Amino acid sequence: MEPVEIGLWGVPLAILGGAIRVSTPFIFVSLGECLTERSGRINLGLEGTLVFGAISGYAVAYETGNPFLGVLAAALAGACFGLLHGWICKFKGVNDIAVGIAMMLFGMGLAFFFGKPYIQPQAPDLPAIPFGWWSDTPQVQAALQVNILFILGAILAVAMAWMFKSTRVGLTVRVVGDSTDAARAMGINPNSVRLLSTAAGGALAGIGGAYLSLYYPGSWTEGVSSGQGLMAIALVIFARWNPINCFWAALLFGGTGALGPALQSVGISEGYYLFFAAPYVLTLILLIMTSSPDRAMQGAPLELSLTK
Amino acid sequence: MIHTCENGAISVQTLHTTMRFGAFTALDDVSIDIPAGTFHALLGENGAGKSTLVKCMMGFYNATSGELLVKGREARMTDPKVAQKLGLGMVYQHFTLVPSLTGAENLVISRADTPGLIDWRRETRALDAFMTKMPFHVPLDQPVSRLAAGEKQKLEIIKQLYLGNRFLILDEPTSVLTPAEADEVLGHVRALTQAGEITVLMITHKFREVSAFADDVSILRRGKYVGGGSVADMSIEDMSRAMMGEAPVISTRSRRDTVKQPLLTMNGIKARDRTGLKPIEIDDVTLHSGEILGIAGISGNGQMELMEILTGQRRMEQGDIRVNGAQYGATRAEARAHAIRYLPEEPLRNACAPRMSVAENIAFRMFDAGKDGKTAFWNDSGAIARNAATLIKAFNVKTSSPAARIASLSGGNVQRAVLGRELTGDVKALIVSNPCFGLDFAAVSSIRDRLVEARNQGTAILLISEDLDEIMELSDRILVMSEGRIAYETPIATANVEQIGQYMAGHH
Ligand SMILES: Nc1ncnc2c1ncn2[C@@H]1O[C@H](COP(=O)(O)OP(=O)(O)OP(=O)(O)O)[C@@H](O)[C@H]1O
Ligand SMILES: [Mg+2]
Repeated sequence: MEPVEIGLWGVPLAILGGAIRVSTPFIFVSLGECLTERSGRINLGLEGTLVFGAISGYAVAYETGNPFLGVLAAALAGACFGLLHGWICKFKGVNDIAVGIAMMLFGMGLAFFFGKPYIQPQAPDLPAIPFGWWSDTPQVQAALQVNILFILGAILAVAMAWMFKSTRVGLTVRVVGDSTDAARAMGINPNSVRLLSTAAGGALAGIGGAYLSLYYPGSWTEGVSSGQGLMAIALVIFARWNPINCFWAALLFGGTGALGPALQSVGISEGYYLFFAAPYVLTLILLIMTSSPDRAMQGAPLELSLTK
Repeated sequence: MIHTCENGAISVQTLHTTMRFGAFTALDDVSIDIPAGTFHALLGENGAGKSTLVKCMMGFYNATSGELLVKGREARMTDPKVAQKLGLGMVYQHFTLVPSLTGAENLVISRADTPGLIDWRRETRALDAFMTKMPFHVPLDQPVSRLAAGEKQKLEIIKQLYLGNRFLILDEPTSVLTPAEADEVLGHVRALTQAGEITVLMITHKFREVSAFADDVSILRRGKYVGGGSVADMSIEDMSRAMMGEAPVISTRSRRDTVKQPLLTMNGIKARDRTGLKPIEIDDVTLHSGEILGIAGISGNGQMELMEILTGQRRMEQGDIRVNGAQYGATRAEARAHAIRYLPEEPLRNACAPRMSVAENIAFRMFDAGKDGKTAFWNDSGAIARNAATLIKAFNVKTSSPAARIASLSGGNVQRAVLGRELTGDVKALIVSNPCFGLDFAAVSSIRDRLVEARNQGTAILLISEDLDEIMELSDRILVMSEGRIAYETPIATANVEQIGQYMAGHH
């Protein structure tokens, strides 16, 4: 098919496509972190989990030829990282932030170590659904190539919001995140709730990693993640610990991230690389704008070491 | 002894309970009988071991030795869950509702059989039906953090009844309530015990409540059982003698004439309350030296915010505070220069570093003060230790050692330690909020003596209190706060409790 000249329309279209493509790992990592933080613990190690998820997903997909087995393996690997983090934090006097930083470096180091043999070979990609079939403009078709994991992420955000409101598990997580004493008084063991929340959060971050290596950019390199795992943690704060807000925040972040390439595609090349900083600048601006000198951070789980 | 009532109330006995924290014995061979369907009061001075005893009954602490009988049968309380299964429930001294959950969510999640999926429509209907049978009402659709203290207390009790608990332990349930609220709540609780639906064990410092509502009383002193029996057979004198080991000394506070000069003025202050929704507006208040200015009001009408404005914890949108004519922003330097001290409410949270030691906490005003008025660089650990020794003795703080974490002290003793710190040295102004919350009567009387004494020396005292009796007893002048504003002002000479009560309730 011939590329059709669509002029400036290419910019919003490219941003939309970019938002969908770039945001998926953010969605998974921020939902994972949201769950962990709602239980009153911070896992800063998700960047490491993400990278390790990327390599384990890639390796398993390559060895088995099935990208979905890769995603599963990434989730399992992520859960193991989460369990390790949660288990270490159980001990008295251990700080979750410090453990998180150690886990981040550990995860990345381990991933690079195991990843050496997988830099060359090509693993199968995750499939995408062509929602743009109705149009014969290739740009529209390209923008509406939606990966299954993105859809899964959107469903997951809604499901998690519903879980926090209407299931026993969700309420238990919120109780533990808000007041350890109240949880104990109810006979809930805060440590095991946090352990499982961190494990589940790790599993989600692992899936985010599999998306990176199996779909976009779609190969394993040591630079597969450019700090998505860390930015996603900031997104959780910006989203005020609400899963649905996490989804929108990730989308917004992905969209601004696509600004640079989109402008480049319509021929604006002057300083376009400055636009690569746009998502970070936007996050800073939004965080400052939504903060208040009078109120404590709204929606923040009270047991979080950030807010204590 | 009756072990169960027809309507479900159950009996509990402790036999030879002993509890040690390291080398410190908090409870020593305590045995108490509480027959089904009775209202039992537990008395004792601060640090006597009351909270420790009930925490052992609830399985929060594992008693070092001793037995617990529930319905006449031995029960091993290894875990709060066991207690809950046996029908024992407790309302703690510090609230245990989860602040960001709504009342309904708090109730449903605390149930043992919360379904995996919560059908909110059905639950809401069931809760509404349940609430119509309750003696008091609390909005269930709001996050608990938005409720006033009295409402939280009611919700705590409602929660226990909702859980179907038949033995209720109330740890100082009325310390955050106004006398009228307290009477209302306790009246309903009493009716439930008389109907044989529940058995109640209540910790309190207020003899009035004991004689008005309790059937029996047990008294602890330094971890030992020192007396008790039927309330009808005991006079208040008997009880207080057992509690303190001697008859109470009634102090006669004399007020001297003092020179009253304006010291601190608040002008046109506007700020937001803690929810960020309602305004706080203080137009024109002047605090004079040598006076006690009482601020009365029902909790949640902006007193807490006023205190936070004065301590610099809350930002003002408009207006200014001046001390001796100079702008005052409540920084440490300013507070030190003007010799202004504070005793905020919940001192453990607002005026202490909970994990630091008692000695360190009571050194906060002096540790960096050098000899010549400059700030010192090196800590003088000798001076800190001496300061701790003097204050612990002078203010009768019960602690296992000055090196113990301040968070391990009983509620009343934290209050005393902080008050000791704030009242030492040359104090020009003292701003206090509910200074006697949770204190036993001897401590109350000694703290009030100290306040009046400071006033006689010329200190300006701003006394924010929800206890109207306290305000009437101590103040030279009274302001009433209602809905975030000063609604009324009167000198003590013309103060009338009924009229003040009406302004407090906003009927004007
Ligand atoms: N976890 C703990 N570790 C060490 N000491 C403790 C602990 N809990 C309580 N204590 C000590 O045990 C004693 C009894 O405390 P408890 O809280 O039972 O007093 P209380 O009678 O409830 O006093 P109040 O009226 O002030 O609440 C106090 O001296 C306290 O310092
Ligand atoms: Mg107590």
